Amino acid sequence: MEGDIAQLGQFVGAGLAAIGSGAAAIGVGHVAGNFLAGALRNPSAAAGQTATLFIGIAFAEALGIFSFLVALLLMFAV
Amino acid sequence: MGKIFFYAALALVLVSGLILAPEEAKLAIHPMDQFQVSALFGGDISWYTPTNVTAWMAAAVAAVFALLVLGSSRRAIVPGRAQSVAELAYGFIYKMVEDVAGKDGVKFFPYIMTLFMFIVMANFLGLIPGSFTTTSHIAVTAVLAALVFVTVTVVGFVKNGVGFLGLFWVSSAPLALRPILAIIELISYFVRPVSHSIRLAGNVMAGHAVLKVFAGFAAALGMFSFLPIFAITAVYALEVLVAFIQAYVFTILTCVYLKDALHPSH
Repeated sequence: MEGDIAQLGQFVGAGLAAIGSGAAAIGVGHVAGNFLAGALRNPSAAAGQTATLFIGIAFAEALGIFSFLVALLLMFAV
Repeated sequence: MGKIFFYAALALVLVSGLILAPEEAKLAIHPMDQFQVSALFGGDISWYTPTNVTAWMAAAVAAVFALLVLGSSRRAIVPGRAQSVAELAYGFIYKMVEDVAGKDGVKFFPYIMTLFMFIVMANFLGLIPGSFTTTSHIAVTAVLAALVFVTVTVVGFVKNGVGFLGLFWVSSAPLALRPILAIIELISYFVRPVSHSIRLAGNVMAGHAVLKVFAGFAAALGMFSFLPIFAITAVYALEVLVAFIQAYVFTILTCVYLKDALHPSH
């Protein structure tokens, strides 16, 4: 075992931050799945709501991208 | 015909994996090296130096010009391929602005169209192997997002005066909750440009980094390098989709923010 404890913390922290990406994946799947469920119940109303779908996905995804960015900063910038 | 090409490519990949198999397979992955900014003509980089970033930005602008100006310059009644794409893009964005930002948002259509075409072209040019993706840099997307933020704030105050602050005062909530909600709304308003820019840059950068990681696997696996190459093909197809969707998301969020500025009441 060699290397310093700060680097260990850096890598562990980056790994922990990566969990956020998975959480965002759950969120995006939730948005898309619920949209599909609603769209199959009322297909005629689905076309008008695709913009809302993408806005919802974008908001859910942004937080995952934040955690990805934290991981990147820990790996390469700190 | 397509099948022949497919099998030829498959054979090429398999054979090249055998021939080019490195003597000692080494896992050397540098996914972030592709985002290095370098001066085109050498020397130090300051704000006016022509770099690969500025070169690829100019290429994106030239691509937009070629598509929208040269492509539709013949003004044919039955449009050709370039003119169809140009008309499709125009109609697509126009409808989006009208639907999301409302009728009075249409006078900002030139700005939003410019944003969309620039981002989508920069993303697509970045997908050419060996090229440079300008939108993968937060410095680039932050400027785009900051311009949107300033525009929206100025438009909001010019259009509604002090009434624009009604955006932060949720009048449908109970009175006791409103100050707390006002603080939350204020924070979320100022986080907008941050998430707006990081979403685009993060998505593009993550996709390109994944491609490079798989390329590193291909270099390390020797004769089995065809496996990561198939994965790269799949990820690349996904990246083409992401390149378009992220440009779409950036512009549609601009429209949403614009709608908030034009009609700030809750």
